[in-house]
Amino acid sequence: MATIRFTSHLVRHRPAPKIEAVGATVAEVLAVAFADDPLLRGYVLDEQGRLRKHVNIYLDGDLIEDRLRLSDPVAAGAEIYVLQALSGG
Amino acid sequence: MATLWVGTRKGLFRYDQGAADQGAADQGPAWAQVGKPAFLAAPVTFVLDDPRDGGLYVALSHGHFGCKLHRSDDRGASWVELPAPAFPVSDAPDAPALELIWSIVPGGADEPGVLWAGTIPGGLFRSEDRGASWQICAGLWDRPERARWMGGGYDHPGIHSILVDPRDSAHVTVAVSTGGVWITRDRGASWTLGGVGLRSDYTPPGQQEDPLFQDVHLLAAPACDPARMWCQHHNGIFVSEDGGLNFRESVGVKPSVFGFAVAAHPQDRDRAWFAPAIKDEFRVPVDGKLVVTETRDGGGSFAIRDQGLPQLEAYDLIYRHGLVVDGSGERLAMGSTTGNLWVSGDGGGSWSQLSGTLPPIACVTFAR
Repeated sequence: MATIRFTSHLVRHRPAPKIEAVGATVAEVLAVAFADDPLLRGYVLDEQGRLRKHVNIYLDGDLIEDRLRLSDPVAAGAEIYVLQALSGG
Repeated sequence: MATLWVGTRKGLFRYDQGAADQGAADQGPAWAQVGKPAFLAAPVTFVLDDPRDGGLYVALSHGHFGCKLHRSDDRGASWVELPAPAFPVSDAPDAPALELIWSIVPGGADEPGVLWAGTIPGGLFRSEDRGASWQICAGLWDRPERARWMGGGYDHPGIHSILVDPRDSAHVTVAVSTGGVWITRDRGASWTLGGVGLRSDYTPPGQQEDPLFQDVHLLAAPACDPARMWCQHHNGIFVSEDGGLNFRESVGVKPSVFGFAVAAHPQDRDRAWFAPAIKDEFRVPVDGKLVVTETRDGGGSFAIRDQGLPQLEAYDLIYRHGLVVDGSGERLAMGSTTGNLWVSGDGGGSWSQLSGTLPPIACVTFAR
């Protein structure tokens, strides 16, 4: 079970509550959150499933490596933060 | 009462025209901002107030979170987010993703709920359910010529002008920056490249008259005669008599033929307004004087309209969706990158400033 938290800047636009989900990769865990709110997906990923250029995802304190497919493996008890980058805007 | 929606870099603003006894004699009743801006801090890229059912659509471009689409069915009191147009999923490393919703227009009066949207990259999308879902127009997207479209001021080409023929909803004309003028008569299944007679100084010799390389900044048509089209092109002002297939150039227009916006008089096919600027890399008013140019003879001659507009050290640029006329042909609105907003109640003869402190303005539209 991993925990996902979204930046408050994103919560301005979609509810995006903290959720707990099971998945082998960041993509799989996020898919659980997006299943509850399909529009939330478009705030984090583009329609090709790539992490938006000015959004960062931290997995247990480190930026994820695979921004294209979000294949970074997720361990049990992982903490995932979805944050806006300081770039862009 | 009239309503004007103003899409800015920092949200959507509403202005209403008040009671008849409140305003100056030459401009009609006074305008005033109503309420607080919606989507404060979000860049608004387009607003559609659908005359068929009162649906109000706002396209946003969040810097971090992508382009979004919202609709209000109660004149802006509440909003629901809709899915934005999305490009087909592909494994290609450079697969396209939505970068800007540049235009949204209603389908014909006989097509309730139908919308068309133009985007960067250069996609044309159609919705048949008031924006609840979108389908890319494959007939245009799959044209091999699209590989030769180019970005015009953006990284990728885009569709900013969509004209649905009021006599025939299957007849739609779009313009691409850069990629010319495209015409369908079967709701997007097949397309013809128009734009013969447009001319681009910025392409190599031999290609300047190639319709595919034309940087149309905006295409507009009068409701009374959709075959008449006005084109504000990167290179000048052009006029069509046959629905965009062929154009002739209006030459020698002062103070400049460069600009982005054009507004077509809805009932007088020979009348249109433009917002000139110094061409290419400058994009500021000529000599610091902001003016509107108006033709009343089909582009043969142009008069400068400057009454009420700043004539000293003005650096306002009017974007392509920043100059509009309402259904009467007498009421105009114009918004600038400097955050100035003006209206005219006498067909552009004189202008009143509604604000000088708005965020940069991308688009203005009258409620219809």
